[in-house]
Amino acid sequence: MAMTEQEILAGLGEIVDEVAGVPADQVTPDKSFVDDLDIDSLSMVEIAVAAQDKFGVEIPDDQLKNLKTVQDVVTYVQNAEVSA
Amino acid sequence: MRVTDGTAGARILAFGGYQPARVVTNDEIAEQVDTNDEWIRSRVGIVSRRIAGPDETVADMAVAAGGKALAASGLSPADIDLVIVATCTPEAPIPNTAATVATRLGIVAPGAFDLNAACAGFCYALGTASDAVRAGTSRHVLVIGAEKLSQWVDWTDRSTCIIFADGAGAAVVGPADDADVGIGPVVWGSDGGMADKIFIKDRQSFIVQEGQAVFRWATTALHPVALKACERAGVAPGELAAFVPHQANLRIIEAIARKLGAPQALLATDIINSGNTSSASIPLALSAMIERGEVGSGSPVLLLGFGAGISYAAQVITVP
Repeated sequence: MAMTEQEILAGLGEIVDEVAGVPADQVTPDKSFVDDLDIDSLSMVEIAVAAQDKFGVEIPDDQLKNLKTVQDVVTYVQNAEVSA
Repeated sequence: MRVTDGTAGARILAFGGYQPARVVTNDEIAEQVDTNDEWIRSRVGIVSRRIAGPDETVADMAVAAGGKALAASGLSPADIDLVIVATCTPEAPIPNTAATVATRLGIVAPGAFDLNAACAGFCYALGTASDAVRAGTSRHVLVIGAEKLSQWVDWTDRSTCIIFADGAGAAVVGPADDADVGIGPVVWGSDGGMADKIFIKDRQSFIVQEGQAVFRWATTALHPVALKACERAGVAPGELAAFVPHQANLRIIEAIARKLGAPQALLATDIINSGNTSSASIPLALSAMIERGEVGSGSPVLLLGFGAGISYAAQVITVP
């Protein structure tokens, strides 16, 4: 069952809080992981793995480097769910 | 044909560790390659590492650590009948390190072999030693993890020269009766499909690794192995006094620890001032923890080795 954008955003917020210690309410769509949230590429891998568990969507390393903002990840998860 | 009489179990009698004298800081490396102290601390967790002298060999370091463990065990060299050296960085393939180390320690004619399971080497060797004692093949085994990774590193490659370092750690394994079993069943495995993730191509080449792929694998595939080792030992994660994973990278160590369900367990973070010393990292970290009095005698500790191969192995042990 596909999740709404809000649900994905909320789920992602929980993940980012757990992996990187950034409070979930700071994980808003416009934020850049590296520049705004101070999250490096290793944490991105952990976030991708946690997203796979939570949303059932795989984000391989070569896709991960294109996901710069929170919205990028939300959109990726949405698109992947639609085509699943 | 007869078979040997075994023992109910095996246990570790003592540990010993050795680090080369030369300390190399992040700043010193940053003078040679494009990196900086802050980046290294945050990505890998290392503040400084030890590098062996140019003429200091793997055998030298193994002898130093092995000698300390032997002395601490209260046994004499004559009591040791098997020496296993876990190493993947010997100066040359033959002769093996173990036979030389045995002779230099005054141990006469023991069984002696080297074991290459890269950074999982110590846990593999410990499992093998435990089995040898339990089966009655050997009475007391000297198990050493010793590495000189610095001689296989490209010191112009900033992705590897900041990580790998030198050192040795050792344990003496002996028999235990039922009440005293001190080495739990080893849970080991491999994934040769990922052989290309950490490798040295040939004699003229250096260590190469795909850091991101290794990070992803390590932070997903290993906590089930660790939990299985607890289950097989009959020790719940909540009972562990400490968790000593291979000191590959502080971020990997912390990520695995988060998934263990053992918040009370002291986490070994020896990498901070030791670097990644492959098969030496677990016994080095654990012997230092014991020396500092951070874990009590008789308490359960989970060991988890993992690395090139890909190979991995875990077991619960009791602190001597």
